[in-house]
Amino acid sequence: MTIDLKTIKHISKLSRISVDDAKADKLVGDLNSIFDFIEKLNELNTDNIEPLTSVAETTLKLRTDEVKSKNIRDQILKNSPEENEDFFVVPRVVE
Amino acid sequence: MTKDNSEYLILRGDNTYEVVIGLEVHAQVTSNSKLFSSSSTTFGAEPNTQVSLVDAAFPGMLPVINEYCVKQAIKTGIGLKAQINKRSVFDRKNYFYPDLPQGYQISQFKYPIVGEGTVILDMPNGQKEVGIERLHLEQDAGKSIHDMDPQNTLVDLNRSGVALMEIVSKPDLRTPDEVSAYVKKLRSIMRYLGTCDGNMQEGSLRADVNISVRIKGSDKLGTRCEIKNVNSIKFMQMAINYEANRQVDLIEEGKTIDQETRLFDTKKNETRSMRSKEDAHDYRYFPDPDLLPLEVTDEFIEKIKADIPELPDAKKKRFIDQFKVSAYEATILVSDIDTAEYFEEVVAKMGKNQDIKLAVNWITGELFAVLNNKNLEISESPISAKNLAKLVNLIKNGTISGKIAKTIFELMMDGDKDPQIIVDEKGLKQESNPKALEALIDKIINDNREKAIEYKQGKEKLFGFFVGQAMKVSGGKANPQLINDILKKKL
Amino acid sequence: MSDITSLTLTELVKNIKDKKISSEETTKAFIERGEKSRDLNVYITEDFSNALAKARSFDEKPNFDLKLPGVPMAVKDLFCTDGVKTTAGSKILNNFIPPYESTVTQNIWNEGAVLLGKLNCDEFAMGSSNETSFFGNVQSPIAKGLVPGGSSGGSASALAANLTPITIGTDTGGSIRQPASFTGTVGLKPTYGSCSRYGIVAFASSLDQAGPMSKDVKDCALLQEIISTYDDKDSTSVDFKRNEYSKELTNNIKGKKIGIPKEYRVDGMPKEIEDLWTKGIEYAKDCGAVIVQISLPHTNYALPTYYIVAPAEASSNLARYDGVKYGFRSKGENLIDMYEKTRSEGFGAEVQRRIMIGTYVLSSGYYDAYYLKAQKVRKLIKNDFDEAYKKVDAILTPSTPSAAFKIGEKTNDPVSMYLNDIFTVPVNLAGLPAISIPAGVDAKGYPLGLQIIGKAFDEQNILNIAYAMEEKISFKNKITEWWIK
Repeated sequence: MTIDLKTIKHISKLSRISVDDAKADKLVGDLNSIFDFIEKLNELNTDNIEPLTSVAETTLKLRTDEVKSKNIRDQILKNSPEENEDFFVVPRVVE
Repeated sequence: MTKDNSEYLILRGDNTYEVVIGLEVHAQVTSNSKLFSSSSTTFGAEPNTQVSLVDAAFPGMLPVINEYCVKQAIKTGIGLKAQINKRSVFDRKNYFYPDLPQGYQISQFKYPIVGEGTVILDMPNGQKEVGIERLHLEQDAGKSIHDMDPQNTLVDLNRSGVALMEIVSKPDLRTPDEVSAYVKKLRSIMRYLGTCDGNMQEGSLRADVNISVRIKGSDKLGTRCEIKNVNSIKFMQMAINYEANRQVDLIEEGKTIDQETRLFDTKKNETRSMRSKEDAHDYRYFPDPDLLPLEVTDEFIEKIKADIPELPDAKKKRFIDQFKVSAYEATILVSDIDTAEYFEEVVAKMGKNQDIKLAVNWITGELFAVLNNKNLEISESPISAKNLAKLVNLIKNGTISGKIAKTIFELMMDGDKDPQIIVDEKGLKQESNPKALEALIDKIINDNREKAIEYKQGKEKLFGFFVGQAMKVSGGKANPQLINDILKKKL
Repeated sequence: MSDITSLTLTELVKNIKDKKISSEETTKAFIERGEKSRDLNVYITEDFSNALAKARSFDEKPNFDLKLPGVPMAVKDLFCTDGVKTTAGSKILNNFIPPYESTVTQNIWNEGAVLLGKLNCDEFAMGSSNETSFFGNVQSPIAKGLVPGGSSGGSASALAANLTPITIGTDTGGSIRQPASFTGTVGLKPTYGSCSRYGIVAFASSLDQAGPMSKDVKDCALLQEIISTYDDKDSTSVDFKRNEYSKELTNNIKGKKIGIPKEYRVDGMPKEIEDLWTKGIEYAKDCGAVIVQISLPHTNYALPTYYIVAPAEASSNLARYDGVKYGFRSKGENLIDMYEKTRSEGFGAEVQRRIMIGTYVLSSGYYDAYYLKAQKVRKLIKNDFDEAYKKVDAILTPSTPSAAFKIGEKTNDPVSMYLNDIFTVPVNLAGLPAISIPAGVDAKGYPLGLQIIGKAFDEQNILNIAYAMEEKISFKNKITEWWIK
């Protein structure tokens, strides 16, 4: 398995993390060594194995349909980087 | 394009194209609180006032599912005669957008809660069955507002986390009329069930429309485009019309159609590409590790089944059997739960000597016209079922004529007045005393001797003149049937 | 009385209940020591003046029925604390003040404890040496220039250096047990579902568990009974019958069957680790346990599995840090630019690396080959334990493949850093409880730990075994206080 520069650029785009060339080069090296190590899993035949997504030994609990959360707009907006009393604010998106 | 509205074909040169349409309807689940948080779902609140820490994706916040939303989805599935999956799984659909606070939407990808089902459409040329592929539960996103601030986009998360049902049809639809009938039918079923209010203005019901075209007779599907987020039936039809023709034009010009997501511009009446290809999404679906698989028991499902009300198709059949209305009338009466309930209340209130046919005519005629004019739902009708029943009875028992009834109907709208009271107050009771009417007619014939002679000589058209005179002189109160009978005798 | 800060929790509570010391005195003692110990860099946020105020108000109206009456303690900065800055060791949350409290910390305050401050950790708990923190690396009190382990490195250092009588960490792949092992302290990773994850900054949801870190097993049992509660705000919280672990603690483990998995004897394992393990087996026998040789055949596949599952979940869990709602934002020319700069400047290198791995293994075309494959192997790993537990009551292994290493020693080689968690990771994948207790030292005198792995929800059993062995081992941490100013 080799992860090339193009792949790094692609996943950097998907994960919304900008990557300059120097950083990309380093990531190519790091990720390749990590994936070399991960490839060990290919030694195993897992054809008839059920994938395990959770080890929680319980079933999904269902909540009753009640409104409990109140208007906490002040708290919700207090930490936001751009100050505004009513909204979260981001650079304008052109659709 | 062909005129026959049972077919929607696009003709270009020697080629005849048919349009293949599938719909992904997003229906807001009727519930008090959100799918995974306890904030309110009420429409129209001040921005960001119905946002919990979970909805705004604060660090360490976790989803806990709303039981009622699960029941609502299953209920809808039963209404669509669909497979209910006892085990379903919530996945994360990952993408970045300001109105998606978690950076992912919790949805169901591989294992939806509801599987295949069917919906029956009543089309003018007969019934049509449309396949349902699946129904799954997912979170709604917030709202991005682009036009309030020239530099910035503002984000309101009130909708963030509200439960939606995505109902995916098979590509079984072929015409804009079928699309309209399909959406109306879905809406009707959900309103019967109380699982979605179907309010398209408030965005409770919207659809992504998948369209492709192919030479008629071909069994291969063409490349499809998806028109995102269309929020009215009219726009769906306009969008289909534009998009189908655009695709046919491309094919005729020897060009290829790109599989893409498009947007319907309601002002320009056209669709346009929403995202460039390099931005194509890779949603990286995977099971949400904060939630376990949703497992429901047979008992849980049976309990919901026991709660299912009579649905449109069954109601229609019953109306035909019980009330002897025509299939066409029944279709109209059951199309909306409130209409059906109004009709049944009218029937009940009419009592023993009822004229159902007349009641249907009044509901689908005068009442619908008024509602339409005033842009009201039948639940907001200015005339109650009780009073409409009285009005119909007054006509039926000969107290008033149909013509007078129309005048009374107008007066009833002012504060849902009792028609009997109007009749009494205004003295609008129909004159049905044969002696009084004979005297009246004798006088008219006397006053119009020449015309009476002309009539007798064969100018039969003049009969109408005499009827008119009789009604005029009686102030509209004369019983028209009796007038007819007496005039025939006297002339 | 000896120095307040060197007491165990149990001793401290007794002294407070006996009114020999007040909460204020205790709190002051830890604060003063903390102020003299800033070279260890254990605190991200000191909340000392609030702590004193809370201690005073406890003393005014003391409630000695509580389990932690006026006891001051510091917690890992991964737990959200109402009104107190919570960073997860990251620049991206540098200025974040949560308006809510995690369930686990709330449980602690409900028993009368007082928050001293928030402890340093690897950024988003991603690391094994506390070197990935935006707030700088943490020094181990064991020796200058030594890592305390990670990710709960600040917690382990603070505890070993007597800056807090007890603490809590989180463990996704060994983040409690490995630093406990490196610093000569006790650390328990409870069964998945035992402690609520509500209000804990998420790293990998299917693996994360909070747990106690303490100076001895008794303290550990007491804190575990406090923090482990069923919580309807966490869908993966399990409603099982929870013991009063400290009350039911016993050193009688006669006849308990303890498994020794042959696969943990890995290639290139240092002799001192092997010797420690052998010694541990002898101790267990001395306590009356029965030793059984067992096999966990898929042990070798646990780390590769972990390095798919954990980054995959993390890549999604960390998507919420986008500069929109809270935390750091970098100015961008447009929305996408803002996202990309915020996340590139706000996350450190290791976090970015793991987000990239996670994004890749979930991306179209690779999901089956990596993510799905890993989930299937995870099943095999869990099956191994299920099989083993048909024969034994617990499993004994070394906690780590080596003692603590130098700061900077492994930072340029991610894989060798990852290998540190080789003995701890399988436990998280299977969702089991495991405790690390100090059991010896290496040639340089650095502590080494033994790990006891239990059946799901059988914390009492491994606490008992640890308690019995602790007595036999009678480990004493040698700390020179080289950092005190």
